[in-house]
Amino acid sequence: MKMSKRYTRAAALLAVLSLVVAACGDDDDDDAGGDAVETTTAATAGETGTTTGEAAGPAGELEGAVNIVAWAGYIEDGTTDSAYDWVTAFETDTGCEVTVTTAGTSDEMVSLMTGSDEYDLVTASGDASNRLIAGETVVPVDLNRIPSYATVDERLKDAPWYTVGTDHYGVPYQWGSNVLMYNTEAFPEPPTSWSVVFEAGELPDGESNEGRVQAYDGPIYIADAALYLMATQPDLGITDPYALNQEQFDAAIELLTAQRDLVSRYWHDVTVQIDDFTNEGIVASSSWPYQVNTLVAAGAPIASTVPEEGATGWADTTMLSAAAPHPNCAYAWMEWSLNPKVQGDVAAWFGSAPAVPDGCTGSELLGPQGCATNGFDNFDQIRFWKTPQADCFGAGTDCIPYSTWTEEYQAVMNG
Amino acid sequence: MLWLGGVYLGSLLGLVWQSFYTFDDFAGKVRHDLGFDTWERLWSNETNRIIVGRTVLMALAVTIACAMLAYPLAYFMARYATRRVKAVLLFLAIMPLWSNYLVRVYSWKLIMAKEGALPWSLDKVGLGKGLEWALDLPYIGGQGLTFSLLGQFIVFTYVWLPYMVLPVHAALERVPRSFVEAAGDLGARPATVFRSVIWPLALPGVVAGSIFTFSLTLGDYIVPTIIGNSKPVIGAQVYVYQGVAGNLPLAAAFTFVPIAIMAVYLTIAKRLGAFEAL
Repeated sequence: MKMSKRYTRAAALLAVLSLVVAACGDDDDDDAGGDAVETTTAATAGETGTTTGEAAGPAGELEGAVNIVAWAGYIEDGTTDSAYDWVTAFETDTGCEVTVTTAGTSDEMVSLMTGSDEYDLVTASGDASNRLIAGETVVPVDLNRIPSYATVDERLKDAPWYTVGTDHYGVPYQWGSNVLMYNTEAFPEPPTSWSVVFEAGELPDGESNEGRVQAYDGPIYIADAALYLMATQPDLGITDPYALNQEQFDAAIELLTAQRDLVSRYWHDVTVQIDDFTNEGIVASSSWPYQVNTLVAAGAPIASTVPEEGATGWADTTMLSAAAPHPNCAYAWMEWSLNPKVQGDVAAWFGSAPAVPDGCTGSELLGPQGCATNGFDNFDQIRFWKTPQADCFGAGTDCIPYSTWTEEYQAVMNG
Repeated sequence: MLWLGGVYLGSLLGLVWQSFYTFDDFAGKVRHDLGFDTWERLWSNETNRIIVGRTVLMALAVTIACAMLAYPLAYFMARYATRRVKAVLLFLAIMPLWSNYLVRVYSWKLIMAKEGALPWSLDKVGLGKGLEWALDLPYIGGQGLTFSLLGQFIVFTYVWLPYMVLPVHAALERVPRSFVEAAGDLGARPATVFRSVIWPLALPGVVAGSIFTFSLTLGDYIVPTIIGNSKPVIGAQVYVYQGVAGNLPLAAAFTFVPIAIMAVYLTIAKRLGAFEAL
């Protein structure tokens, strides 16, 4: 979800294009030569807790293809920028031809995967992953077949968004945090609190912050407000910014309503935000490492920080479909995706943090400082993204559901 | 034709059907129980009413501005320009449609930025104060042109102008020269000729153009996210409910607001003879 909006427009275009393409020709080359193999793996995977053994069974012959649903920019084959290519080598090594279907939102990912026997893998964010597990759209993987899982960041191993009991529904791919991006001319010292975007006041350069800060154009930003309230109004008793009762939710909305007067434009398009920081005198906003990297690379006086209240963020998992037509190639890809160089290259391209610590040193594209820039050391301060649910994630019944978040946030932006 | 109609009406009916489903807040899922919950939610929510009002006002303002800009241009092309000049002008009016809409919108953001070409030029010709005054206006003003509804209005007007120029031009072309000459021979002054001969005969063209500008503005959700103060519009609202919240019924119900508005609009347009001018 996090990076979804970034590609909203591209996704809309893609949706149109894909319709055109689908209408023009529906050639099924993915199954080339794989028909005989798919049925050979019998259901011997009882110990992994699944009945669809085909997906989690022992290794068999590679099928020659693998279909992945991913965020745009997550799986690059060098066509966008020839330096960023972690597909060609995999195809050469394994003979599995990679087909990527990009999705723009978590909801799109869920709907693509549900009831489809076309896709093998999906790079699901924290909000989608639990829904996919609950819907039995994805199955546990046999970690013995993915030796590189041992190299995964200890902090991500067995994380609740892809682990149920002892079952692992995939392997971590990338994660990242939202950051407070600021202009170093307005802030000679890094701001230490989100208050610079939430509360009216004077910035270090002596001018008011009114009209000079931005907020994210998405209901999930309410969690950012709740996170800030956790530190500033402990009396509210917020323990999880995604599980808010009515009183806590109202307090967050009140904070955001006051913030409306400070914000000239909410952002969700990265290009627009980059332009606003360059040409429109915006000096502080919640943002993603991607924009920070882009602006810094362009020589703008921009830096980022994670304030002492912490930040929200996302963590994505490569998950295996229950109806995967090419399970062996899918396993090969999962193993490959944890390769330090791949991990580092993705992180460099996407502005995320690798799920494998070796990725920080394994990629020239990322460089020695890349992991630090992309927030690798901020893990403990991050509240990972999940979809708010009325049952407080099983801890109660009085939480405000996501649809209300959406409506209320629209009301806030409406002013 | 029958086939097309079937596909079109079928999907429309599907959309209506969707809007009668209910949305389960607890699970965040669509329940296939039929009811009026969604529609009630649509109307009882004050935010939604304000959003509809704002979008319609913007669409009206853009339509009027397009008509005012396109009419003189089309009039000149149809009545005074030589063949060659007319060809050049028509070409210039259509040319923007060749480049991508997004590219043009992003360019306008740069032109209107605080340090962009437009504020700079206005300042140079001594109109900087005028711009400041306009931006100080309540509601349409803002901290800068690209942050204001005024800026959004300018971009909408620019983007949809060609769709107004073409039908108006076509309508004016069809006003027979002999009518104008006859009116002159009967002693009508130019202003009278315009008022009682040319304008009524060209009106269907203006109305036809306004169908385009009005409906395009009504449904657009891209310009308001790039230019303006982030106040939601109908298109963005549908997108949010469908894409982000997964609340398909409400999105479907919301889709019917512009459809209903356009139905009314088209009925009026038909009365004014716009379909003959297309």
